[in-house]
Formats: sequence, C-alpha cells, structure tokens
Amino acid sequence: MSTVKDWVRTRFAMISAILVLLYLFVPVAYTFVFSFNDYRKSNIVWNSAAGPTLKHWKDPCGAPGVCDALLTSIQIGAIATVVATVLGTMLAFALVRHRFRGRATSNVLIFIPMATPEIVLGASLLTIFVQGFSRFGLRLGFWTIVIAHIMFCISFVVVTVKARLQSLDPRLEEAGQDLYAGPGGTFWRVTFPLVLPGIVGAAMLAFSLSFDDFIITNFVSGDETTFPKFVYVSYLRGIPAQANVIGFSMFVIAVALVVAGQTIGNARRK
Amino acid sequence: MTAGVAHVAGAGPDLPDPVPSAGRTRSLTAYLLLLPGALWLIVFFVVPLAQLFTVSLQSGFPGYPGYYYRDVNFGTYASALTEFAGHFGRSLLYAGLATLFAFVLAYPLAYAMAFRAGRWRNFMMICVIAPFFTSFILRTIAWRQILADNGPVADTLTFLHLLPGGRITETWMAVVAGLTYNFLPFMVLPIYASLERADARVIEAGGDLYANGFTTFRTVTLPMSMPGVIAGTLLTFIPAAGDYVNAELLGSDRSTKMVGNVIESQFFKVLGGFPTAAALSFTLMAIILAMVFLYIRRFGTEELL
Repeated sequence: MSTVKDWVRTRFAMISAILVLLYLFVPVAYTFVFSFNDYRKSNIVWNSAAGPTLKHWKDPCGAPGVCDALLTSIQIGAIATVVATVLGTMLAFALVRHRFRGRATSNVLIFIPMATPEIVLGASLLTIFVQGFSRFGLRLGFWTIVIAHIMFCISFVVVTVKARLQSLDPRLEEAGQDLYAGPGGTFWRVTFPLVLPGIVGAAMLAFSLSFDDFIITNFVSGDETTFPKFVYVSYLRGIPAQANVIGFSMFVIAVALVVAGQTIGNARRK
Repeated sequence: MTAGVAHVAGAGPDLPDPVPSAGRTRSLTAYLLLLPGALWLIVFFVVPLAQLFTVSLQSGFPGYPGYYYRDVNFGTYASALTEFAGHFGRSLLYAGLATLFAFVLAYPLAYAMAFRAGRWRNFMMICVIAPFFTSFILRTIAWRQILADNGPVADTLTFLHLLPGGRITETWMAVVAGLTYNFLPFMVLPIYASLERADARVIEAGGDLYANGFTTFRTVTLPMSMPGVIAGTLLTFIPAAGDYVNAELLGSDRSTKMVGNVIESQFFKVLGGFPTAAALSFTLMAIILAMVFLYIRRFGTEELL
C-alpha cells in the first residue's frame, strides 16, 4: 500500500499536470468530433442514426457566410499584425535603447491598455467612433476593427520585442561596431537578425490576438462579420459543422507552425 | 506567443540595459521611433477613454431617447451603481473564484513543466498554448454542450449526488468554470516562467532542511515563484472581471449576469443607455486599475511596467 502511495506522491505534480492538460483539450476534442456530425437541423446533439460523415470537411465553405467571415478575419489579422508589429518594434527600440524625457510616461501608456478590460476598450472605441470620428467619414466596419486591433496589439508587441532586446549581449553589437564601423551596418547585420525571433514571435502573438478577438470586435464592427462573431451570432441556431472544421484546422495549422518554429530554433542553436 | 505572455507576466530576464552606445544620446531618433506608436495609442486609447468619460456625464434629452447633450451629470454614476451593484459584485466574485481555481490548476502544471518534464518540456508548453488556437467562442460553446443538462458531466455528478440542483449550465458554476478554463494559460505561463528561472537545487535544499513537502512549498517554492503568481493572477483576474461572453453563453438569463453583460446590453439593446454603459465601464476600469496598482505596490513587482 505504501509503495502505491509513494508512487503517487513522487509523481503528484506530473499526474496533476497531465490531468490539467487533458482538461485543456476537452473542448478542442468536442469541436473535432462534432465536425463529423451528420446532423439534420442543428449541430448540438450527435446524430447516432447517421454515423460520422466527412461531408463538412469536403465542403468547408458550405455554410452560408462562414468563409466570408474567415476571410475577413484573416485580412484584418494580417493588416493589424503588420502595422502593430512595426509600430511596436519601433517603440521597443526607443524604450530599450534610448533615454529621453517622457520615457516613464511612455511605459505607462503602453502598460495601461493591457491592464484595461477588453469591454472598456471596446466601449470607449465605440463611443469615439460613433460620437467623434464619424465626423471624418469613418463608419463602423472593417477599418474600425483594424484600428482597434492595432491598438490592443501594440502593447503586446512592445513587451515581447523589449524582452528580446533586453536579453541581447551588448558585446555582439560592440564587436559589430568594431568590424563594420557604421551604425547602420551594425543595426542591419547584427542587431536586427538577433532581435528577429522576438519580432516574429510578437507578430504571431498579434495575429492570434487579432484573429480570436471577439469582445472589442463586437463593439466596433457594425455589420462586418469576423469568424468569432460569426460563431457567436450563430450559436443559438447551433453552429454549422463547417465552423468546427475551420476552427479545428486553425488549431492544426497553428500547432504545426509552432512546432516548425521550435525545430528551426533548435537546429539553429546546434 | 510564449515569449510574449511570459514577459507580460513580468517574468522576462531583468538584465541591465546594454552599455550606452552612440545612439543613446540622440533623443531625436528616440522621438521618431516613439512617435507613430505613441500617437496611435493616444488617438485610439487615451482620447476614446476621455470621450467615454464625457459620455458618462452626458444627460439624455427628456422625451428623446437616444439623444444626449453635454453635461456634468454624476447622477448617472449614482443610479447605475445602485441599480447594478449586484452585477459588479458578481463580476468581482466570479473573477476572484476563477483566479483561485486557475491558480490551483496551473501551479502543479507549471511546476511539473519547470522541474519534472525534462525533454517533454517543449511538448507540454505547446499543449498549454495549442487549445487557444481554436476560437475562444467555439470552445466556450463546446463547454456549453458538454456541461448541458443530461450531458455526460451533469449526469455523472447527479449520479454521485454532487449536484443537488441537477444542472450546471445556467448556474454560476458554469460561468466560473468557463472563466477558469478560458484564462488558465495566462496563469500557467507566468508561473512557469518564474519557476523555470528558479534553481531546482534551492528547492531540494529546502526539502532536505524541512523534510516536509508542504513546508518546503510554502517557504521556498512559492516565494520564488511570486512574480509569476502575481502576474498570473492579474492576467487572469482582469479579463475575467470584464468578460461577458462566458456569462452570456454558459449562464442564465438573470441571476448570473456580470457587469460586462450590462455594459453590452446598455450599449446595444437599451435606447439611451450610452451614459449608463459608459459610467459602468469607467467604474470597472477604475476599480481594476486601483486593484492592480495596490497589488503591485503591495507585492512590489515593478517589472510589470
């Protein structure tokens, strides 16, 4: 008896870790299983009479609107990621590499959006878009979503790139300056390549934040429909299984990218 | 994603800034680098917040719902806070419970990843992040079906006499469970990041000295991971307190609504609800920022800023 107890005690952390990981995957598994459901009216109850079907996988755009929403989300994510990554990286360089008046204020300006609940960000953007910026001809829709996503992604890009910049060995850049002599050459040939993994990570983080955002998007989107909004709006009728197909595929693609990134990283280190 | 979340967590390496180089003194470059991003944040974060504040003070034209005029009317705050005090309390309570449960679930996982996983560490890290690439709304709706009446979880718990009401969805339990699930990685990653930097030998030494697992945990392991725990609790509590999706999808029509639900419905479903929604948003933000700064001051993590 005591040996069983010991076995559990020494492995307590690992056993609970595995249980928690399984728990994390429960709804993903549900999404996957119900992408094969041959349902009649709504994809809520498993239709055991018909058995699993591949028809939703063969026709992922079969549900009206689902692929339009997906395309909108990808476009918004791409634009927001590029702009937020450029602006955020510039901010990170300014904050880590320069001392200037207003540096502390800038740090606070970057931190506060991350500490503000999304609903407050969405609410404040909605009021300014409706009561202020509409004067300039800005209507709720695609571009207001892009603007909002860039805003909340910037801070996350800054902290990610900043972490990478702060951990750089300054001697590498000094060596670069000794060898190349020009600050431009040092930057593009030494600093930038060293910071690049941080920038790529920041861009991936920004894209995933943008792609999955619902709360802020819901406030500023008007009639535009993104993928999360499509799913949310259609849940009462039951989500079409095509959304499960797309949701699960995004999961597979993202995991593949992460694994590829780690493999490349490991290969480089060797 | 990992690096980002981990550092938001304030868990990144706290190395001194690199040696001053030629660029450091040229503040013009600094301002040019700073300007576009800072302007974006000012125009689309600071200005909208200021606008939200003025909206919260606006008054409605009597007899014309949906029309407002500029005013300094703090009455909206008083009436909104009295009317929706219950929703505020629920938001803070549910977010607090979700943060507690997330901590209990996250700590063993982060500990195992940092000290027990060995070559499985990267694999486990991917497993923590991976579920979050399936849309958050899709996963929450999946929970709705899994926890549904006559679903596997509700049936099992009823069979074990652990569920007196007979149902999970449409109760506070489902809302708290949903919040716990959705923000769990934000608790795991910072705790992991700070444990990973801790020296395993210190913990072993603690084990040798105290010879009691719990005492070692309380006096050695937990203090070493405090920066991660603080960051994790903030990263879980803040979004949970402002969330309305879990309460909307997993909760009931009335008794489990949070302040986020009120803000959303005042904006979109109640004509003339803008000032009330703005006042509630502003109060929520003020409460959360005050808590964040008190919390950071109490535990002294300047690293976050």
